[in-house]
Amino acid sequence: MSGTTKNYSRYLYAIPYASWMLLFVIAPIILIFYYSFFDIEGHLTLDNYKRFLTPVYLRMTISSFWYAFLITAFSLLIAYPTAYLLTKTKHKQLWLLLIILPTWVNLLLKVYAFLGIFGTYGLVNAFFETIGIGTKQLLFTDFSFVFVSVYIFIPFMILPIFNALEKLNPSLVDAAQDLGASSWTTFRRVIFPLTLDGVKAGCQAVFIPSLSLFMITRLIAGNRVITLGTAVEQHFLVTQDWGMGATIAVFLIIAMALIMIVTGNRKWGVKQ
Amino acid sequence: MNDRVIIRFEHVTKQYDDDPPVLDDVSFEMERGKFYTLLGPSGCGKTTILRLIAGFIEPTKGNIYFNGKLMNGVPANKRQVNTVFQDYALFPHLNVFENVAFGLRIKNLDKKTIETKVREALRFVNLEGYENREIHEMSGGQRQRVAIARAIVNEPEVLLLDEPLSALDLKLRTEMQYELRELQRRLGITFIFVTHDQEEALAMSDEIFVLNKGKIEQRGTPKDIYDEPINRFVADFIGESNIIPGKMLADFSVEFAGKQFECVDHGFEPNEPVDIVIRPEDLEITTREQGKLQVRVDSILFRGVHYELCCYDDNGNEWLVHSTKKAEVGEEIGLYFEPEAIHVMRRVETKENRGGER
Repeated sequence: MSGTTKNYSRYLYAIPYASWMLLFVIAPIILIFYYSFFDIEGHLTLDNYKRFLTPVYLRMTISSFWYAFLITAFSLLIAYPTAYLLTKTKHKQLWLLLIILPTWVNLLLKVYAFLGIFGTYGLVNAFFETIGIGTKQLLFTDFSFVFVSVYIFIPFMILPIFNALEKLNPSLVDAAQDLGASSWTTFRRVIFPLTLDGVKAGCQAVFIPSLSLFMITRLIAGNRVITLGTAVEQHFLVTQDWGMGATIAVFLIIAMALIMIVTGNRKWGVKQ
Repeated sequence: MNDRVIIRFEHVTKQYDDDPPVLDDVSFEMERGKFYTLLGPSGCGKTTILRLIAGFIEPTKGNIYFNGKLMNGVPANKRQVNTVFQDYALFPHLNVFENVAFGLRIKNLDKKTIETKVREALRFVNLEGYENREIHEMSGGQRQRVAIARAIVNEPEVLLLDEPLSALDLKLRTEMQYELRELQRRLGITFIFVTHDQEEALAMSDEIFVLNKGKIEQRGTPKDIYDEPINRFVADFIGESNIIPGKMLADFSVEFAGKQFECVDHGFEPNEPVDIVIRPEDLEITTREQGKLQVRVDSILFRGVHYELCCYDDNGNEWLVHSTKKAEVGEEIGLYFEPEAIHVMRRVETKENRGGER
């Protein structure tokens, strides 16, 4: 008897979480699927999917993936050495806090700050003037878009890599060197493979959100970069074509799920 | 210089910041093909010596020579030594074969040579057929063997072992002691074994270095160290012993516990204050009349192989006796011992007595 009551109470505790998942995760996904089968007049149709497979949207998809890839790659290139240095510093927790701190500031505020910094009369151009390069168009370029995105996402890349490096047993590094490995070989054959899970987690945390970026594309890239995220926003808010917006969202969800599966942590047969 | 010498430490000091030195002006030589043990309590500097030889750390002062060549500044990956780590430090993302092959792959040996050498190394440690196992599928004792195979496959001239048996249970530990000793004989290379376990050190070594507070207290064969400890610290650390203050009256004559005894030690100043060591197993229980010392049994403990008796003499000195004979608590007994059982040690110079007695 008591066993079954215990089981019941266990289910009771799951109610808040389960209802949250149902209301805010599962229901919206079902709704998105549902809307994707209606055109702008409310007729049931598959036209949205046909439209998605036209060059306009395919180009948008490729561009989304390309920019998400660039953002992830640059974040990783900066974050890994940073995380590595971080594990070697004396005041780890302080440095870590300084890296996390910007994530507490609202995304929009940070983006607006960059408008000021990169603007024609901004800090960077003022500096260019004084060293004689002259004012450059920085805003509304691919460069500024990727730069700001990398800046925003970098803490999410550093954290998992830092954690993975911290967990790494230092005697494994000693062992590799003891067996004749140079610093580079030690990194390539021991440190990197053993922190790969952290790298994967970081890449997920950066790649997936950057696929559907829309705020930064508008403000920093001036809609010169049109990603799937921008398209979803435009369809829902401007053209009011919810069906098409939902269809793009369906593709985004599928793409994200695929990425999760491919980069997921497959701990083959680890029993401990 | 003796060409049998493989490792030489010359006034080596290792100090971190302003802390007291971990290793304090240590000099010694080690010969090739011998089994050395660095023995001491934690923090005595034994692991520091190992890490200095391996090249993970550099000495603050002094020189380290390997085969007569100065090793200062030579990184770990360029040294002809390999280490078996305390936690084995096996690579969890590689299987047994790849762990053992790690060092060979770095040397860019061809596939066939690697295959042959790895199999040979695994056969050496009785792990044939385990090549494709993952590390987490191996037991503690097996991991230990993989770690040894991974080190010896590189054919080092010196194998460093950092408390490799401490994680194993008692039975396995005893087995591995035999195996390690046997392995060293078969390979014929120098083993430097670090431990805080004196029984392990006595069982395995050709020579033991007893360390304390960054200094070598005594070096010698296990028998030397056990029978003739140089001071109170060594006597206390190597096995249980009775350490009693005494006075050297003349050569071959010593006074302790209020009596005069014949002994085999000589070369002390007349009336020099000394410490006397008598091992518990060298004391024999007899009648009060036949004993050289008269004591009262205070407590008795059955230890399996023998009884451990705790006795007090009339002067209040405690005597630990290991005997297969049983006595009753409160019983007055005699203790008999040969003159050879008495080990006389010079008093250790400590901060407290320095200058006071002179």
